[in-house]
Amino acid sequence: MIQRECGVLKTSYEADMALYPLPIARWTMGALAVIFFGILPLTLHEYYLSIANLVWIAVIGALGLNILVGYTGQVSIGHGAFMSVGAYTAANLATRLDSPWPVNILAGGLMAAAVGAVVGIPSLRIKGLYLAIATLAGQLIIEWIINHVTFISGGVQASIEVPRPRLGAIPLSSQRQMYFFLLVFVVLAIVATLNLVRSRIGRAFIAVRDQDIAAEIIGIDIFRYKLLAFAISSFYAGVTGVLYTYFLGIANYEQFQINVSIDYLAMIIVGGLGSVLGSVLGAAFVTLLPIVIRLGMEAFGGVFLEPQTVLNLIPNLRLMMFGALIIFFLVVEPEGLNRLWRNIRNYFRIWPFAY
Amino acid sequence: MRFHRITLVALLVALAGALAVVSPATASHEIVIGMQCDRTGATQIVGTVLCPGFHDYVALVNSKGGVGGHKIKALEIDHEYKVPPAVESYERHKKEGAVTMAVYGTPHIYALAAKLTEDRIPGTSPGFGSAAAADGIRYPYIFPIAATYWSQGTAAVDFVKKQLGTLKGKKIAFIFYDNPAGREPIEVLQDLAKIEGFEIKMFAVPPPGVEMGAQVLDIAQRFRADFVIGHLFGGAPGVSIKEFKRVGYPLRKFVSFVWGSAEVNIEAGGGFAAAEGYYTMQFAGVGEDFPVLNEIKDMYKKQGKPVPKEMASTVYYNRGVLIGALHVEAIRHAVAAKPDGKITGVDTKAGFEKISNFTLGGLVPPLKITAADHEGGGLVQIWQVKGGKFVKVTDWYAAYPDVVAKHIKAAGTK
Repeated sequence: MIQRECGVLKTSYEADMALYPLPIARWTMGALAVIFFGILPLTLHEYYLSIANLVWIAVIGALGLNILVGYTGQVSIGHGAFMSVGAYTAANLATRLDSPWPVNILAGGLMAAAVGAVVGIPSLRIKGLYLAIATLAGQLIIEWIINHVTFISGGVQASIEVPRPRLGAIPLSSQRQMYFFLLVFVVLAIVATLNLVRSRIGRAFIAVRDQDIAAEIIGIDIFRYKLLAFAISSFYAGVTGVLYTYFLGIANYEQFQINVSIDYLAMIIVGGLGSVLGSVLGAAFVTLLPIVIRLGMEAFGGVFLEPQTVLNLIPNLRLMMFGALIIFFLVVEPEGLNRLWRNIRNYFRIWPFAY
Repeated sequence: MRFHRITLVALLVALAGALAVVSPATASHEIVIGMQCDRTGATQIVGTVLCPGFHDYVALVNSKGGVGGHKIKALEIDHEYKVPPAVESYERHKKEGAVTMAVYGTPHIYALAAKLTEDRIPGTSPGFGSAAAADGIRYPYIFPIAATYWSQGTAAVDFVKKQLGTLKGKKIAFIFYDNPAGREPIEVLQDLAKIEGFEIKMFAVPPPGVEMGAQVLDIAQRFRADFVIGHLFGGAPGVSIKEFKRVGYPLRKFVSFVWGSAEVNIEAGGGFAAAEGYYTMQFAGVGEDFPVLNEIKDMYKKQGKPVPKEMASTVYYNRGVLIGALHVEAIRHAVAAKPDGKITGVDTKAGFEKISNFTLGGLVPPLKITAADHEGGGLVQIWQVKGGKFVKVTDWYAAYPDVVAKHIKAAGTK
């Protein structure tokens, strides 16, 4: 956020440890809260809220993955599968035991955390590309198990219909209700991640990422923290899966296949590894860009071409532009959208008196 | 200051008034069909041909003045065969006031089923999706409108029975794409094996379905199947034709479900000459010999444009026409009940349930969709690759309706 630290004096430890120590940052957060909790949901059409909902779901997943990849430096191509673990855990609980949604979300997250920690065991011996392949194996094994074990998948169709979450007597089904439901979890996830990464655990993660042997020498238990990173990250993924299930009203394993894992990796790489704001920006970018490109093409494509040609062109051109824009942003700023934003901010920090 | 405020209020009132006058006038005379398509994803070989067929039929209806004087607009959104874009496109269609939705893809109809029912907009899943959705009482707003995988399974077994004379003691192999859609017919086939006394063995082809050498060899040389039923998608049917050819298994002992049955699949398998004998199952008529297709050609000629090249790929193109036609037909019934054209999803649902004996000169099977049966009978035709083209082997038929009904009922109580 844009901030000037000039003249801000901290007189207590609480003030020093505040999440946003600068007044302007607190005002910005307040303004953002008013916009996202008040103005947007009350003015926008449900269609735009449905897009926002997809962004919210992606934000939570991207935050989780960033804890693992960005902060701890362990690659995972298995996050789609961890989401499905959460989704099917919650779906089975909801249909068999009729348990309420807070229990299901927690259970889905914890189950995914447990599975994620197991899949993360190879990270103790292998790194980088080798670990990526090990987690890929996790993805495929979990996919196969859900696909074939009918006790988990609820039948050959591997789909379990889930009742809508209820707030008291009100079922949350419209996009507007879902918007608030999901946004609460987004806020929780962002605040939790911000605090996690500046805690003892978060600093240990960063030490492991930067040089794991050095981290071990200064007394960080590598075994514990690597698996903890996998567990926490998978917990986020599991919660994402449960929220996605509640959002759609159904758990279906085809929503969590390997391309989902790769989409999430794209989000954090475009957004910026090792940054909370980057996860949010990346999730929004990857989710919104195809939609924005299509809306633009629909508006202007008809000026030049036949309608049938446009229809055939839109999806293809959209894929190409999507790829081209990701490359463009990565070439302009390899450290992602977060770094781009920080550059802009730093420029204006001393503006107009740059030296 | 006071003066300014009055001007501002007056301007706002005038603006609101203008909007109020303008908006209903533009909204009433266009009926929107929400249409999902996959031109770039896993099943693009289907979408790039099927969707133009849909649009051409809608254009044909509009060129004749629309339905009851109201124009139809098919709003297409490509979802790349991914779920989140399908959700987004559903909400977009809803915003544009779609009264019916042509959903495309099994995961997507699953993901949207709850929404469609809550918003009371009928959605169709022709030839794919949940077979249990044929139960119109349990899924009031889901319309398979074509043979589901269960009906395709029973029809395939019936066809095999006719080919072999009897099924008792015979060996049938079922080779399928290992995903939920691929596994859906298994229960029905196992049931039929018990009833008819044949042996059935399942051969799963893991995604993405390009590696099936071992399974095919097993079918041909170890299991020695008397007949093979294939249920593959995307590029897999083409690979299966090549593999069966390679091990020397006669393709006249192979019948494919509806998504391995098009010209593109045969061409991917080495062309019509190589695939001689291959039986295919169809839920729409094949070939260009239908009055509705001639009308579409005439429409293009009248506009001075070349006939679209997609029409040459008749299997998927005709399916697009069929899906478009059934949607338009549902709207036609709905508009007949409400001539002002201000219909909602509830009206189109009732419209779908009135469809009966609408055949478009043989391109569409004589479906009878009712409030309880949203599949309309589960009719298919079998066509064979013979002499460089598809040749019709059977007319529209459905088999073992009691077995399908039993499974639908069982799914309803689960």
